[in-house]
Amino acid sequence: MKTKEKHPKFLSILRSISKRKLSGDSAFKIFVTLIACNIFMVLGLMFFQIIQNSWLSIQTYGMGFLVGKTWQPFPPNSSTLPSFGALPLIWGTLVTSAIALVLGVPISLGISLALSEFAPKKFSYIISFFVELLAAIPSVIYGLWGIFVLIPFLQNSVYPYLQTTLGFLPIFQGTIRGPSVLTGGIILAIMIIPTVSAISRDVFAAVPNSQREAVVALGATRWEKAKIVMSYGRSGVIGAIMLGLGRAMGETMAITMVIGNSFNMFSSFLEPGSTLASIIANEFTEASSPPVYISALMEVGLILLALAIAVNGMARLIIWRSTRKVKEVGLI
Amino acid sequence: MVSLAYLALIAALIPLASILVETILRGLSAVSFSFFLEEIPPLGEPGGGIGPAIQGTLIVVALASSIGVPVGVFSGIYLAEFRHARIATVARFLNDVLTNVPSIVLGIFGWTLVVVAIGWSVIAGAIALAIMMIPIVTRTTEEAIRLVPATMREAAIALGVPRWKTTLTVVLSSAKKGIATGILLSVARISGETAPLLLTILGSRFWFSGFTQPTAALPVTVFNFSQSPFRLVDWPRAWGASLILIFIILIINIIVRYATREKYGASNI
Amino acid sequence: MIYKIDIENLNAWFGSKQVLRDITMKIKENMVTAIIGPSGCGKTTLIRCLNRMHELIPGARVTGRVLLDGGDIYGEGVDPVTVRRKIGMVFQKPNPFPMMSIYDNTVAGLKLNGVSDKHRLDETVEKSLKAAHLWDEVKADLEKSGASLSGGQQQRLCIARALAIEPEVILMDEPTSALDPTAASKIEQLIRVLAQDYTVIIVTHNMQQAARVSDCTAFLYLGKLVEYGSTKDLFENPKSELTEKYITGEFG
Repeated sequence: MKTKEKHPKFLSILRSISKRKLSGDSAFKIFVTLIACNIFMVLGLMFFQIIQNSWLSIQTYGMGFLVGKTWQPFPPNSSTLPSFGALPLIWGTLVTSAIALVLGVPISLGISLALSEFAPKKFSYIISFFVELLAAIPSVIYGLWGIFVLIPFLQNSVYPYLQTTLGFLPIFQGTIRGPSVLTGGIILAIMIIPTVSAISRDVFAAVPNSQREAVVALGATRWEKAKIVMSYGRSGVIGAIMLGLGRAMGETMAITMVIGNSFNMFSSFLEPGSTLASIIANEFTEASSPPVYISALMEVGLILLALAIAVNGMARLIIWRSTRKVKEVGLI
Repeated sequence: MVSLAYLALIAALIPLASILVETILRGLSAVSFSFFLEEIPPLGEPGGGIGPAIQGTLIVVALASSIGVPVGVFSGIYLAEFRHARIATVARFLNDVLTNVPSIVLGIFGWTLVVVAIGWSVIAGAIALAIMMIPIVTRTTEEAIRLVPATMREAAIALGVPRWKTTLTVVLSSAKKGIATGILLSVARISGETAPLLLTILGSRFWFSGFTQPTAALPVTVFNFSQSPFRLVDWPRAWGASLILIFIILIINIIVRYATREKYGASNI
Repeated sequence: MIYKIDIENLNAWFGSKQVLRDITMKIKENMVTAIIGPSGCGKTTLIRCLNRMHELIPGARVTGRVLLDGGDIYGEGVDPVTVRRKIGMVFQKPNPFPMMSIYDNTVAGLKLNGVSDKHRLDETVEKSLKAAHLWDEVKADLEKSGASLSGGQQQRLCIARALAIEPEVILMDEPTSALDPTAASKIEQLIRVLAQDYTVIIVTHNMQQAARVSDCTAFLYLGKLVEYGSTKDLFENPKSELTEKYITGEFG
């Protein structure tokens, strides 16, 4: 029914434009609609340009790009071609994001439970104000703090301890360096806390009070009440976690500044590494030739874009579904 | 178990406190009156200041806002006034997608769009930042307008005011606080962004010399100084520039959040 | 007797649901006409059809004719905006613009349509507020916000606002149901005075109010006009059994 209404209306607008009988309302509608359509143009152009610029690299390296492990824009032997592969970058992105989730999600959930279930309202309001302030700090300042405060702290106090206690694990072996994958993961963990905790708090707030009351009436402790709230909002929390993941994957400056920027398939988290975002930040402005170099960096950007959109899209779908379910059951 | 939750709270607030404290302590020693006004010296050279970076940030953010704010506000008006149109549903969804695009990719886009054509330039940076700004302003504007009660529109329409005029006068005026909040928060956000600028304005050392020329900017300057091998000279400058940057951003955020405080904290993210 | 508004075969729908069925009635000038009936009978829809506000709801539809001084307001090429300038409306819940002063609220209809002559605006403010029986109470504080007044005062401000654009007809949708009895009775007195210069149509669910305030009364039930006549006749000698049941409180 809506499509049928739209087409005759569009035609009559065209007719009235041609007859110069355009009313204020129609002109206004056309104007704001056109401006709102900027989003189609921007996203379309973005995809088009990035794909177009990556094409050379896609053609040259094909699927091998995704599993390739070398990054040689200027091969030592002038007769061999430059070779590019993104696997260490994908590996770095995934590992740092995973570390960020493992460290950041429990803290975020703890915060959102503390603020929504345990703490008095006024206190929770002030505290959440500060947590949200964490989100306002620019990434580059996180990076600066990471280099000059976090790394020395980790390098001198934490990593040695980590190695003495858990050093049998391959992921904590090797020379202790400050700039490393683990440091990157830690800083990402801090950066995703505001996002994950804020959304989780909204999810918990949407849990109807009747659920809490029912459980308390059965003699539950505060912690047991919290567990009920968490299980009720389970899918919303998963969505929040995925949004945090999306945020971690797309993060550039802070991680570039602390991860050490070394192109390798690291096996220990104490080694330096690279991510999809960090290599672009480091090499893009210098990559003037050969043409396939920039194209390879573009392809890296394309992979990053696709990952970010996929993860965030799924996250929003899950969150949307979870709040809808709560409403459908009729409890809201 | 409950105490663990409170522990988590402390765990999150420690980095925040550390960042703020360190920035203030380390940055204060570098900041002086001349810091604001003088040119950026080459890496390793003492003296000078970050005047061009402050100027550059102001210019690029202003230019980005001059594009981002009108486009964002009118898009938000469209989404609020014509909520259920098919175009509106799709546009709203795509706006959300755009907010999830990593900032470095926006930098790439700015590069392919503008730098390829006219070189490293203020315009390229402004466009990359504007694209970051538009979806945020669109969403906050839409939400602010949707909060305007229908009775207000009805009152104006019953007085014989055409619908478009009702929207542009009565409705917008009633929503202006929410719209201004969204704009200010998005300005604070883009002022701190480095990645989009890294690939578009090239981060020069010099005062503004034209919209089609590269320029300096605070976040890029912080990054450049932080990568310098000349620790004694340049690292304090990085902190000084950070202090100024964080000061501007936090002031905007605190003012906005204070002005729009609700009784029992609702999330602003 | 001059008929100000002539309603001919008016039908109205919300999507596929029909709310008004074949309404035909003639409304007299300079009189107060009340429309009564149980909830859902269509009385609000009816008056919203008279100033072409019903059609603003997505999916709403109207057929039939409504003649204002002989001209069909639903005619070909008629701009609803001009209709609304001749037929004003006051709503159930007072809705002054909170971000405007009392002065600006009163002349909102003029200012929003481009009138800026201060002299004319000053005159209109005084005239409209006097006509709405509000002038003495607010004349010293015209710059205060419209929302700072009491409920009853706000409603009189809305009436002044409607009067300022000099309509010929005033529609009122349950204008006193959100007010306390004292404020309500002030408005009722005002309505009787307004009828001298305007044609007033008032929707009310309060039968005693209809009996006090109106000259003619129409009784609507499930979208149909059941009875319409002088207020005295309808209340003392209702012709239809349905009307009698309603006014004696058997339902509604």
